[in-house]
Amino acid sequence: MNAHARPADPKKLIKGATGDWEVVIGMEIHAQVTSNAKLFSGASTGFGAEPNEHVSLVDAAMPGMLPVINAECVRQAVRTGLGLNAQINNRSVFDRKNYFYPDLPQGYQISQYKSPIVGEGEIVVDLSPTEQITVGIERLHLEQDAGKSIHDQHPTMSFVDLNRSGVALMEIVSKPDLRSADEAKAYVSKLRTILRYLGTCDGDMEKGNLRADVNVSVRKPGDALGTRCEIKNVNSIRFIGQAVETEARRQIGIIEDGGTIDQETRLYDPGKGETRSMRSKEEAHDYRYFPDPDLLPLEFDDAFVESLKGALPELPDAKKARFIAEYGLSPYDASVLVAEREQADYFEQVAKGRDGKAAANWVINELFGRLNKEGQDVTTSPVSAAQLGGLVDLIGEGVISGKIAKDLFEILWTEGGDPREIVEARGMKQVTDTGAIEKAVDEIIAANPDKVEQVKAKPTMLGWFVGQAMKASGGKANPQALNEILKKKLGIE
Amino acid sequence: MTDLTRLTLTEARDGLKAKTFSATELTKAHIAAVEKGRTLNAYVLETPDHALKQAAASDEKLAKGEAGPLEGLPLGIKDLFATQGVRTTACSKILGNFVPPYESTVTSQLWRDGAVMLGKLNNDEFAMGSSNETSAFGNVVNPWRRKGSNVGAGQGGAVEGNHLVPGGSSGGSASAVAADLCLAATATDTGGSIRQPAAFTGTVGIKPTYGRCSRWGTVAFASSLDQAGPIAKTVRDAAVMLRSMSGHDPKDTTSVDMAVPDYEAAVGRSVKGMKIGIPREYRLDGLNAEIDALWQQGIAWLKAAGAEIVEISLPHTKYALPAYYIVAPAEASSNLARYDGVRYGLREQGKDIVEMYEKTRAAGFGAEVKRRIMIGTYVLSAGYYDAYYLRAQKVRTLIKRDFETVYAQGMDAVLTPATPSAAFGIGEKGSADPVEMYLNDIFTVTVNMAGLPGIAVPAGLDGQGLPLGLQLIGRPFDEETLFSLGEVIEQAAGRFPVSERWWG
Repeated sequence: MNAHARPADPKKLIKGATGDWEVVIGMEIHAQVTSNAKLFSGASTGFGAEPNEHVSLVDAAMPGMLPVINAECVRQAVRTGLGLNAQINNRSVFDRKNYFYPDLPQGYQISQYKSPIVGEGEIVVDLSPTEQITVGIERLHLEQDAGKSIHDQHPTMSFVDLNRSGVALMEIVSKPDLRSADEAKAYVSKLRTILRYLGTCDGDMEKGNLRADVNVSVRKPGDALGTRCEIKNVNSIRFIGQAVETEARRQIGIIEDGGTIDQETRLYDPGKGETRSMRSKEEAHDYRYFPDPDLLPLEFDDAFVESLKGALPELPDAKKARFIAEYGLSPYDASVLVAEREQADYFEQVAKGRDGKAAANWVINELFGRLNKEGQDVTTSPVSAAQLGGLVDLIGEGVISGKIAKDLFEILWTEGGDPREIVEARGMKQVTDTGAIEKAVDEIIAANPDKVEQVKAKPTMLGWFVGQAMKASGGKANPQALNEILKKKLGIE
Repeated sequence: MTDLTRLTLTEARDGLKAKTFSATELTKAHIAAVEKGRTLNAYVLETPDHALKQAAASDEKLAKGEAGPLEGLPLGIKDLFATQGVRTTACSKILGNFVPPYESTVTSQLWRDGAVMLGKLNNDEFAMGSSNETSAFGNVVNPWRRKGSNVGAGQGGAVEGNHLVPGGSSGGSASAVAADLCLAATATDTGGSIRQPAAFTGTVGIKPTYGRCSRWGTVAFASSLDQAGPIAKTVRDAAVMLRSMSGHDPKDTTSVDMAVPDYEAAVGRSVKGMKIGIPREYRLDGLNAEIDALWQQGIAWLKAAGAEIVEISLPHTKYALPAYYIVAPAEASSNLARYDGVRYGLREQGKDIVEMYEKTRAAGFGAEVKRRIMIGTYVLSAGYYDAYYLRAQKVRTLIKRDFETVYAQGMDAVLTPATPSAAFGIGEKGSADPVEMYLNDIFTVTVNMAGLPGIAVPAGLDGQGLPLGLQLIGRPFDEETLFSLGEVIEQAAGRFPVSERWWG
């Protein structure tokens, strides 16, 4: 079901003094296109260069300079559109958005206004293992990024760095289909996952490569849409959630106090935990959009789109479904694994030819847990997929117990090495020699006649015997064999 | 030795090839003429040292038999073309002493072909004007004078009396070519800026089809209308110049990837059997009788050469000028936003960024440029866009369709007057009402709006002894037909050199 047709969900409403309120959110995401060169010039898009190192004559808007579309950026936009299950427009138009700012050398931004390259689409967002929503995509268009004004280098002057000037952005506009801060966060996470799978945007919010403008309004459930405010340039998923909460509560407060919401652009200040006005509707620019006469309409044929479609990677939804079907994973585990393409790839290497569930357990619980704790991710994991796979093999073959496997994992993490060789060299192999186990069990039974009496009345006491025997074997006793021997000797079923 | 500056471009080319004189001699003669001609104010920057260096290199190439098509030929360059290491201002204060670190595609092709640069030529500020009176470097003087006029050069080179404008915006180009201050010149045409000054000075000017010449490195006025082209002494010279200036450029996506023909080969080609359209809508109420007579004369010449004359209709002609004065300022208002004092050119300090912008642009732009920026900003504004810009674009489509229709009916070209009058006096027009000045473009703007090629060829003198031109409009990318037809008129009418070098 499309979210904008969803009835209000009582769990997501915000309690106000006059009753419950529903928050309605739409997002404009600016995603930097992954490409070597800028949208309309050959200058590099590399991050971290000295100011104004990546500036061509076109980027600096020297007299007589002309833009030339970068075909790679067009391909990336179309691929993204396909990943968003969206309408691809074989003809689109670049427009000029006119305004003055020192970091906008041309005095206009080349963007797409009336005819974007990608039209309507939708993505499925997982909110929990059992709750999914479908979020509508209104459009995706290509546009130039601006440069950067630097105000802290000189007492009376500002500096301008044009490295970003002209870098390609995709503006991805959602429909107002989101109904809570959590939904907004989940939407951005999912979108970012799709972009990363496609390789069309690295999604790095810290570097500003993914920024969100968040449109927020509130209404009583069932009412028409309220007046919205746009919160500009929110640069982390956490802040998106906070900004929505903060802004919704501000609007509810105003309305409940008898006021009305002014349509305006606001900024979220994470330090103060508030949004504040940037400019009102009356102060809004008149951008005087018109088609850029330096550029012909952007046209391509169906064959171009089809060739890109054919070469798309498996996307997260399809991968998740396959993981569930192929490896027998729970929807939750599958979701966790597909959230990042590298994670999913890692998992598949571990799971290939092995028990998928066991592989998922080890990847998610042990590996991800440890990576998280150490502030690392799967791409920098000290334990390779081959090593973890070897570990899973040893458990499967009954060579080591789950407990020993944790020790082995620790060794792999800190020292590295081949799992099988480590187990061999350090005597970590499970004892399946029933003679040795029987001997240990006999000694424990002999030494603890009181416990033997108790276990006969209360079979769950068996655990105590298992613990003792395991301790005696240095943790290496095969648990299954131990259990069977204990039951037989104690005469319980 | 004869005065080398009296030669046409192709005569000089042949002379160099025959080693009658050297490129250095030819260049020196022109440098001297440029100095003597300063009264005309055609050049805003003279580059004699640069010219002599290029000429010496050309002489070496000529000696080795490696001459390019324009080897050793001294040209003037309109100040709208960026020239690497040589000040380029578009004749606006806002560019100050801007020295581009790059060369425009058009001029780089001229140097590739061996041409020599004498200097940068005056023009209306940002090519906005029809009289060269809006230039930050002052107006250009037309070397032509009205019959019986005794105006001349006074003491110290000051111009005395009421001189005539050379037209605009390529006034410096037209004046310099007419006064033999260069063999030919580059120019640009957005609404008539090549053809009108050519007509006012007895020279030949062609605006090629939109997309024929690269716009890269040429200061933009109105991107969808701007085209470079030459102003030259003869049709043949114009053909040779255009061949070097044309060609596809991957840096300008509106330039067209089509082979450039040998335009010179079209000069002298028979026009027998060609169909020439005479648009009835160009017979304006109150059309100057001398212009009308000239037009009839042109028809007679073409008929005599075997062409068939057909009366045609271009019904949307009357909307062309108003639509042009919406589209061109709209694009200009956006194109000129980059002149903001931040990165290059003039900067007037202000207490904050907004005041810096305001002071810089107030001081840097002249009155006509400001007027067009304001018109353009207005017609693109929310609430007015549909009524003005969008409607003007629709008119443009209709104008284009008018021409497509007559070309589909078999017309090879359309013949019209180039201008509604001969050159007028400096300060005579437009001071009270800018529209009076805009009306100069009445016969030429349709061609830009339709993106077609148009050539202006001098065809006679008016009662005051001033040159008048006819315009031929061609099919898209059929400049060759225009050169063939233009030469028929040139042969019939004769050439119109300035008889007396009163300026020095």
